This record gives sequence, structure tokens and C-alpha cells, in this order.
Amino acid sequence: METESGKLMNGAEVLLECLAREGVDCFFGYPGGVTLPFYDALYDSHIRHVLVRHEENACFAAEGYARATGKVGVCCATSGPGATNLVTGLVDAMMDSIPIVAITGQVTSKLIGSDAFQEADTFGITRSATKHNFMVKSLQELPRIVHEAFYIAASGRPGPVLVDIPKDVFMARGHYVPVDSIHLPGYKVFTEGHAGQIRRAAQLVWEAERPFVYAGGGTVLGNASAELTEFVELANAPAVCTLMALGGLSSSHPNFISMPGMHGSYAANMGMTECDLLIALGTRFDDRVTGQLQSFARHARVIHVDIDPAEIGKNRVPDIPIVGDVKRVLQKLNKALEELAPEMKTKKEAARAKWWEQIHGWQDEHPFDRSRAEDAIKPQHLMDEIDRLSAGQAIVTSDVGQHQMWAAQLIRFNEPRLWINSGGLGAMGFGLPSALGAQMARPDKLVFAICGDGGFQMSIPELATIASHALPIKIVVMNNGYLGMVRQWQTLFYNNRLCAVDLDCFPDAEKLAGAYGFKGRTIDKPWQVAQALEEAIKEPGPYLLNVKVARDENVYPMVPAGGAIHEMVLGPVVVA
Amino acid sequence: MLQTISILLENKPGALLRVTGVLSARGYNIESLTVAKTLDPELSRMTIVVDVEDRIRAQVIKQINKLVNVLQATDMTESPAVIRELVLVRVRCSQDSRTTVLKEAEIFHSRVVDSSTDGFAIEATGEPEKLDEFIEVMRSYGEIDVARSGATAMSLEPKKLRLQPPVPTPAVAQV
Repeated sequence: METESGKLMNGAEVLLECLAREGVDCFFGYPGGVTLPFYDALYDSHIRHVLVRHEENACFAAEGYARATGKVGVCCATSGPGATNLVTGLVDAMMDSIPIVAITGQVTSKLIGSDAFQEADTFGITRSATKHNFMVKSLQELPRIVHEAFYIAASGRPGPVLVDIPKDVFMARGHYVPVDSIHLPGYKVFTEGHAGQIRRAAQLVWEAERPFVYAGGGTVLGNASAELTEFVELANAPAVCTLMALGGLSSSHPNFISMPGMHGSYAANMGMTECDLLIALGTRFDDRVTGQLQSFARHARVIHVDIDPAEIGKNRVPDIPIVGDVKRVLQKLNKALEELAPEMKTKKEAARAKWWEQIHGWQDEHPFDRSRAEDAIKPQHLMDEIDRLSAGQAIVTSDVGQHQMWAAQLIRFNEPRLWINSGGLGAMGFGLPSALGAQMARPDKLVFAICGDGGFQMSIPELATIASHALPIKIVVMNNGYLGMVRQWQTLFYNNRLCAVDLDCFPDAEKLAGAYGFKGRTIDKPWQVAQALEEAIKEPGPYLLNVKVARDENVYPMVPAGGAIHEMVLGPVVVA
Repeated sequence: MLQTISILLENKPGALLRVTGVLSARGYNIESLTVAKTLDPELSRMTIVVDVEDRIRAQVIKQINKLVNVLQATDMTESPAVIRELVLVRVRCSQDSRTTVLKEAEIFHSRVVDSSTDGFAIEATGEPEKLDEFIEVMRSYGEIDVARSGATAMSLEPKKLRLQPPVPTPAVAQV
């Protein structure tokens, strides 16, 4: 046991000591009045600080960092507007279960509640935007709270935790008192899974004629890729990865059947609908995946593994609920499968062969559209080229909308933590700042930020951050001059009455990038795509590639909101 | 249907709001809420009565149990439990009905806590439905003011409290 370290420090230095002990090497923030003492202490710290150009992007960047590494991402903002600007990022991290610790400054304790300059009730505002939040009352409790914050953020179902620190706590003098253990009696983390249920699950897997694996974000967050891969191979089952799970099972794995849901593949959605056993792993039966619940996996018994007990039975009551860490549970399930294998494995061989034949049939019948055109760049063409050049190895971040769906459909991710996007919240403007965070975390990786022309303009200030850190991010704007996904819905469901979706002004990419001191280019001819992407990759610094694509292209397949997922619109023709 | 939830939670700033936030975020209106310290002053016991659709009752309990400050949330609606409430009633009555009012108060096992020429202040405890009747009866004698405490509940089947033991701080590399 360590006694309090001898050096007299102020609260800001104590906070930095806590961050260093939590292994923080880099964080994203924006200073202000009440965080001045913290930034003064930071002057002497080895921890890197990335000065973003808007606090929302500090949180998105921290998310990019966390999603690319699995470590807790850290962001920092001042009181009042600084803190309120973080909120979208916090909710985003909440929806996608991303471990974030947000530090916010607060006005001096004795001014709290007096409508002081730059005062906001951050603790109150962020209560429902975080997994948990704290307001620090004294220097004495600061180390305990910071270590608790990191523990809560990273353990169980991960999520954002905010620590609000008044200016006088930053300035108070005292010692760093080491915290040996975290004592949160009400915070229960269930990791192991019920042994009996796991055994029953293994039995069901062997008994199934048409098993189907529905892998969710938990398989990536829980670092369960190896176990997932082993499971699908052992069970000889086809598997889909949701938007949050892409890369959890390599896109190049023969058992991988793309993404399911609203813009999922025909094979994925038909597989979900026709299977007799659905094995749901680290996932929450989101409405964008299930469509109409009554007809979702209508013939299937369901095994549901999730670390969050509140997700079990929330949208679909499973036949076998297993509360646990998906990695631990899969380890045990794989073992149980192997133990049962000699007696069970061969029983359903014929039915399984037929099931695979059916799946392959669906895949051949309606693969994702990768078609190209002579006269215009189709968005699918752009994604197909990025797929070719990234070869399943690059980090790809995206904004939200059509380009996000095409990227998710067409780009391979052969490892987890390569595909970074705002899934649950669907926050536009996420692509650029999250790429910034991911590239800071993984300087060795080729990073594409695929943005829509709408989302890109929401986070355009971060071009400055990217330039000042010379981050070699390849920014690809899929520019259709529309808020494309909203336009698609107006076209399909509102009689093509296009309202407030025309983005008729977009800056000259070459001049814009040039203004920040790096290279940019606009292309609009199909033959330019491959060459321009290659040029961007060769460039040692950042690169802005503005790709003018066919404006009226729609993302297919599409399940109309609330519809059954097997009733996809596959193209301009409706197939029941 | 009205659901009675008993919650043991840490006595910390914001803890109450986190619990009510789970309900208000889903658009549920709280019928009553009582909260006070337990034998352990660091913990509070809270009883909430809320009108929640049956199909999401279990979900609400799970969401409340997920809160870091909550040690245990239990659905008391259909389990054996004692549910009691306190009501204070000030009734203005005429001189000639005073004796009858006192008689009624006695029937409900209530206590007169103040008496004046205007009437009485009466304290009654009991099951919430019983108190509804008591209030109705008092109202028949004259103008009344009512303050109700809201229901507080105690389970009759002792439930084992499962707490998370302390976890060694994982990080804390020496620097």
C-alpha cells in the first residue's frame, strides 16, 4: 500500500497524476476560464493535448481514439458552453457504448447556483447523457472520483462518464492520495454467464438445422473477435455483423454474410428471417436491425448473450438468456460445443448443408450493388475503389447517411476497430473528428474519413486541427449536393417533394485544403476515381478529395421503417 | 397499472434524480415518492408508485438497478409487502358535528393532533386505499386540507442484498 505521495500539489496536478496513472497518453480538449489552472498544470505534463476547434469534436475525437484502441478516450471542456457543447458526443458514446471520460470545469464552488459567468448545470444536463457523472466537491475526493470514473467507463457495458470540477478544486493544495480499490456496492458487473444456460445453448446450437449468428457491437467492444471466429467455425454457422460489429468477424471470412437490417444485404435479412436458431451476441435488437419485431426471426429460438441485463428481453424475449461478457461466455460456449461435438456434431449435417446452399443462393441472387457508370461516378464505385485500396486493413470513419451505408456495405474490415461510425445516435459531423482521434491513436494506420457533403461541413473547423498535427488522414467527401439520406426518404416516402435537402454551395476542395496548407482536389469523372484515391494515399500529409457523385442514387436494399426485414426494397422494384 | 417499487440507494447528490430520470425519460408520471435515510446513514430507502404499462415493468426495474448509485430495486407490486401511507387532514366543521367527526376519526384509528374552534387536524396512517376513504368521510363534514406522505413499502420476504465487493484499482501504474 502506497502512502500519499510527498509532493504538495494543486488539484489540477492531482488530476494529471490520476490521468497518468490511468495510462492516458493523449486527450482532446478546449480550454476556458475555469480550466485555466488545469491547462497551467498541463504545461509541465508529458500528456499530449490536442486542441480541437469545437468541444463537440473533442468528444467525437476521444470516441475515435477509444473505438480504434479499446482504451478509454478522454476529452476536456470548460464550464458553461464548453460543457454543453460536449453533450452530443456524450450521448453518441452512450448509444454506442464507448468508454469516455469527460472532464469539465465548473465555476468556483461558492458561485455555483448564482448564474455566474459561464455557469451551466453540467451535472444535471449530462445526467441522462452519461453512464454516470460526478461533481467533485473537494480535492480530497478528486482521485477517488477520477479512478471510479475510468473504472465505470471501461467496465461492464462501457460508456461515457463525466467529472465536473469546480475551479477552486483545481486550485486547492494537497496531495495525491493513491486509491487502492474501487468500492461501488451498487455497480454490478456480470461477466461469467450462467454455466447451465451456456450448456443448454451449446445443445441448441448442435440441434439447430438453420443456425444464424447475429453479432453486435459487444463483440468488438468486448475484444471477442477471436472467440467469435472460433464459434462460427465450430458451429459451422453463417454470421452477420451489425453496423457496430463490422470487423468483429473478418469481412473476408467465408462465414461472414455482411450487415443485416434496414440497409443490410438480402442474404443477411433472409437468413435472420428463416433461421431456426438465432445466436445474438453482444447486441440489442435495435429497430434498425429487426424492423418489425413480430416478424423478426419468426421461426427462431433465440440465444441472447449480453453484459447488460437490461438488454435481455427488452425487445425480444430470448429462449436462452445469458448475462455475461461475450468474450468469456463464448470461451465457455466454444468449450461446451467441443465437449458435445462427438455425439452431436454430425446429426444435422444434411440440414446444415442445405442451409448453406440456401444462404449462398440468396447471396448470389442479390449481392450488394457495386455497379459503375460511364458518365458519372456512382457512390458504389467510389466505395468499391476504397475497398480495393484499403484491402480490409485501413481505418475508415464515416459521417451519417447514404455514404455511411454504402461504406458499411461495400468496404471490407478484416479486423475489429477499423470501422468507426456513429451508429446508435447517428450524429452527422462524426467522421472528421473521429478520424482525428483514431489517427492520433494509430499513427501507423491508413485512415480514411468518408464524409457526406453535409456532415463534412458540420465539422469543417477540424481541418485546422488535422493540419496543425499534420495527420495524414485521407478525407473523402462523397458529394452528391444533397442531404442524401433525407433526400432518399423524401423521394421514396414523400412523393419526391424535396425540401431543405439541396446543399447547393460547397467550397472548392483544392482551395479549401490549400487554405489550411494541404492538398485537395475535386473529381467528377469515373476514370479519375482510382487514380485520385491512389494520389491521396501517396501524399504524406492530409488530403481532401471531393468526389462529385451521381446525385440521385438511392441506397438499396432498403427496409421501409417499421417494415419486416424480409420485405426489402431491393431496387426500384419491390420484391415481397 | 400502478406499480410500487422499493429502492435501496446511496445517499448521494443526484441519486434521486437518476432514479426519477429513468421514469420521466420514458414519459411516466410518478404518483408518489417517499425517501429517507436508512439505519446506515449512507443509504436511503425510496418507495415510488408509478403508473407503468405491464409489458415494460421488468424493464423499468432493470434500468433502475443499472444505476451506479442503486444497490437494489425491487418490484413490490405483486410480492408480499406491507404498504402504508400517512395523511394529515385539517377539517373545518360546525360545533354540532364535532363529536361525530371525533367518532369517525376513531373508527379509522386516526389521531387528533390539533383542535381549534374551527375544527381539527387529524393524522391517519394505513393502506393508501383506506386513506382515500378516510379523506372522503372527512370531506362530508366540511372544508378540508389534505397532505399525504405517499406510500412507503416493506417487503415481507427478506431478499438477499447482493453487493459488488471492492475491486482493486486496475490502472494505477507507477509513474
